[in-house]
Amino acid sequence: MKSVCENEMKLEFLSKSCNEAFARISVAAFASQLDPTIEELADIKTAVSEAVTNCIIHGYEGKEGVVRISCEIFGGSLQIEVSDNGKGIEDIETAKQPLYTTKPDLERSGMGFTIMESFMDEMKVESIVGLGTKVTMKKLIKKE
Amino acid sequence: MEFEFMQESKTLVITPTAEIDHHLSEKIRRKADYEIQRHMPKKVVLDFTKINFMDSSGIGLIIGRYKTVHMLGGELEIENACGNVKRVLEMSGISKIIKIINNEEEINEKCM
Repeated sequence: MKSVCENEMKLEFLSKSCNEAFARISVAAFASQLDPTIEELADIKTAVSEAVTNCIIHGYEGKEGVVRISCEIFGGSLQIEVSDNGKGIEDIETAKQPLYTTKPDLERSGMGFTIMESFMDEMKVESIVGLGTKVTMKKLIKKE
Repeated sequence: MEFEFMQESKTLVITPTAEIDHHLSEKIRRKADYEIQRHMPKKVVLDFTKINFMDSSGIGLIIGRYKTVHMLGGELEIENACGNVKRVLEMSGISKIIKIINNEEEINEKCM
């Protein structure tokens, strides 16, 4: 088995929706060092897409801000932190409920956190109202 | 995105050609609604043959189109979803209200 070195990377970009594809593809490219399966890579891309979309739509509510991603590879797993300095979440438990959305007018499905939770091995949400939100996710890359 | 309207069966086939995320969903929504209102189809088929990625924005998009089509008296069907698109669809429970059909040949070619 190929040994994977411990590694880190950080990304910072404007909260524009055209950066959603950039973010998930960049994280997937970094994750490829762990030699994931196509399915594992798709899981990571989907979870990152959800987290970044949340920063843009909910954290900054369409206004300009900065989205930060930091990734760490260690012990065969990938840890991803996605954070914003947006408005924050008042009630995290409610926000995490499947199908709960504050933006039905934008045709949001309310599935974002549910997808992050089930596509990744671990997910944690921390938020302070008025200061911002940080989502930390971990994916264990299984080796045969 | 590609649109094809079949006059005889009054079926509108919508084939997305790029990854569906929040950025693209707004554009797809506007174009799809325009085509639906223009043709007033009896059936709308969302064909996922050409894409391998969709996040939850796609779920919102599908449910929105389902409502529009339903209101106009038509039906909506999903075809050829595999990989990540299939998993996101399954998680949403959308199959309880919308028929998902997989064409064996196309799915095998795409998913393998």
